[in-house]
Amino acid sequence: MATELAIVHATSEDGSGQGFRTDSVKATFDSGQAYVAPEDVGRVLGWSLRDEGLCRGDVCIPVRDRAALVNDAGIDLIKLAEILERPLALDVEESAAALGVAAGLRARSMESLAAPDFELPDLTGRMHRLSDYRGKKVLLIAHASW
Amino acid sequence: MYVELGGEGLVPIAVALDRAEDARPFVEAAKPTHPSLIDSDHLLAELYHVTNVPTMIWIDEAGTICRPHDTQFGTDTFTAFHGKSSGPYLDMIRAWVRDGSGAMSRDEILRRQPAPSEESQLARAERALAWWLHEHGRAAAAERHFERAGKLAPLDWTIRRGSLPIRGKDPFGDDFFAMAGEGVPEYPMESVTPTKLG
Repeated sequence: MATELAIVHATSEDGSGQGFRTDSVKATFDSGQAYVAPEDVGRVLGWSLRDEGLCRGDVCIPVRDRAALVNDAGIDLIKLAEILERPLALDVEESAAALGVAAGLRARSMESLAAPDFELPDLTGRMHRLSDYRGKKVLLIAHASW
Repeated sequence: MYVELGGEGLVPIAVALDRAEDARPFVEAAKPTHPSLIDSDHLLAELYHVTNVPTMIWIDEAGTICRPHDTQFGTDTFTAFHGKSSGPYLDMIRAWVRDGSGAMSRDEILRRQPAPSEESQLARAERALAWWLHEHGRAAAAERHFERAGKLAPLDWTIRRGSLPIRGKDPFGDDFFAMAGEGVPEYPMESVTPTKLG
């Protein structure tokens, strides 16, 4: 019986830009695994299964053991995260998951020294983008009340 | 205070890794004239691998990082606690705005950047799930994932200390002091003013 799984994920591969969003996908749970409808994996995460493997746009990742990734119930979310090398937090009881950013991708992004772009609101809800200030020196300050 | 730092030549962008209601009193008291943003999703922590606050990053006109994380303070409010006065760092920022000095070479930046790991990235995913669960009124489930995130990244205070207010705990209370007893997250950056009190 398929239920709705809420999945928090980055809107771009490395999370830059608009950050995270939450989408609902159809999933079936079995022994701690979550199987997501392939069309929902495509719609929400952009990855689809083709003959070449797991593909998004022109990029394809070969899948050695296809039967371990996909069966009649859908695409195994844990296996999918493993193939994409992305961290996955999954709570089967709550039917919720978060698919994070790969450590390797984050490391490469940091090595490039390009300041990742982001869009965040101020207290009035107005959105600001880092890239709006290109051409000026920016002092980026992370702070908190805690 | 930031306005006099660089005038037209510098845009300070402050990002609070906080819920809006936690950041509001501080931000409103400071009356900033520069962008002061709210990041309850911890997007900045993800993108820049922030592990503690405060930290400052210099970004040049081309959008390139030219000085990485450094635990520095824009005011002297907590100098007695951490032993850092803001003066020398503020002087460095002024010099950078004036003539570009203080920017670091690529090698030096790479040496001083903290390195993300599979554990630290999984911790951020666990934290993202915990925050979502909290936001959707599932506090007990959120607690499990905040715990898991903290165990994966024990020296990431954006995760451990930063989650205390959300979990109804005091970020300046016993939970914090127990955490501090395990060690304090430090960026691999030599301080401008390395003197510590005591």
